[in-house]
Amino acid sequence: MTANDKYMEVRAIENGTVIDHIPADALFKIIRIMGLDQDSEHRMTFGANLESKRLGCKAIIKINDRYLEPAEINKIALIAPTAVVNTIRNFEVVEKHAVELPQEVRGFVKCANPACITNHQPVETGFSVMEEDGKILLRCRYCEKITSRFEIK
Amino acid sequence: MSKRSLISITDLTKEEILRIAELAAYFEEHPYEPLLQGRVIASLFFEPSTRTRLSFESAMNRLGARVIGFSDATNTSVSKGETFHDTIQVISNYCDMIVMRHSLEGAPRYASEFSKVPIVNAGDGANQHPSQTLLDIYSIKKTQGRLDNINIMMVGDLKYGRTVHSLLQALSHFNPTFTFVSPEELQMPREYTMFLDQLGISYTVKREIDEAINEADIVYMTRVQKERYSDPMEYERMKNVYVLKNSMLENVKPTMKILHPLPRVGEIEQEVDANPHAYYFNQTENGVYTRMAIISYLLGVKK
Ligand SMILES: [Zn+2]
Repeated sequence: MTANDKYMEVRAIENGTVIDHIPADALFKIIRIMGLDQDSEHRMTFGANLESKRLGCKAIIKINDRYLEPAEINKIALIAPTAVVNTIRNFEVVEKHAVELPQEVRGFVKCANPACITNHQPVETGFSVMEEDGKILLRCRYCEKITSRFEIK
Repeated sequence: MSKRSLISITDLTKEEILRIAELAAYFEEHPYEPLLQGRVIASLFFEPSTRTRLSFESAMNRLGARVIGFSDATNTSVSKGETFHDTIQVISNYCDMIVMRHSLEGAPRYASEFSKVPIVNAGDGANQHPSQTLLDIYSIKKTQGRLDNINIMMVGDLKYGRTVHSLLQALSHFNPTFTFVSPEELQMPREYTMFLDQLGISYTVKREIDEAINEADIVYMTRVQKERYSDPMEYERMKNVYVLKNSMLENVKPTMKILHPLPRVGEIEQEVDANPHAYYFNQTENGVYTRMAIISYLLGVKK
């Protein structure tokens, strides 16, 4: 355990969620797509540039008194497939699991194809999720094009 | 009536592709069969395409159906800002099937998710055009007497040419051998060659039409469009490399046929039209029978 990890642990939370093993460059994306930047209700702590044996450099997010919906965990999985979600109750980790790539995502990713109907009409986007060489690829259920560098709405 | 849409060639199993080719042969023998007397089919061409529309509407009429619709969307409620969803929702109350062409990719798939009646995709942008693929399949079956073990040379724009991608997928059921002839800029995308690798289907990549043409059962020509080239000089240099001439056809198999989805813009010399290997104009006639087969199969009046 490094000094940084210890520091993070000092600020352990009583109830809530700890998202650990986030690749350092995914931290701000997660903050944005989960709307944490708009959330003034829950107290939260972000840790960036922490040392990680697995990732080299990792980030961590702690949110007090908030638990994640499966749809939110799916979003995190797309951006940070290495992340681990811990559910904390009364200072104890009661649940801990690695995020899993969903087979299908609906709604929050934008199709990269400018000619896709979802970019012109009020249509909810949908993608099947594939993995190639550790890279996540999304195939649009409408235009059938593959989006690899995706934008989360 | 059954409700089955056809959006993408991958919606069909091998057996269904074979069945549609059989039905096309049946309709070639029986080109006026009023199986859809009293039925109404909507032909919605949000994007104009005279050739495809007339071929579909001819097929509908030969089956005895009444045809309603539009040949371009300029004077419709679509141009007044109605959503695509509402247009389809309303029109699906008026008919037993919708055949549609749209410039937006994915529009037919989306329509099929909420329409009360089957949707047939008559082309969505650069995405899919399954009736073209099925008529190519029927043309191959008819001229070669089989679909299995076909040696096919695809020439021209293999990167953006949606017809070659769909035909590649449809033929993958039948153990084909491919030769891809294209400039490097327009070569077959990696996702398709990976698909063939996974299935163990062999293919060769070439930069010009060479003696490999003598092994081919089918030569499938496509248009090489100027706007596909990033460098116009490169286009001028390359365009003649992918033009088919009689001199290239001297030692080909006697049964070899040349296909082209049309319209062509010079990638087949006019002199080839009279060559017994030329088949591209017959191919368009096959389109009507194939579309009769598709419509009657999807509506369940011919199983
Ligand atoms: Zn799309």
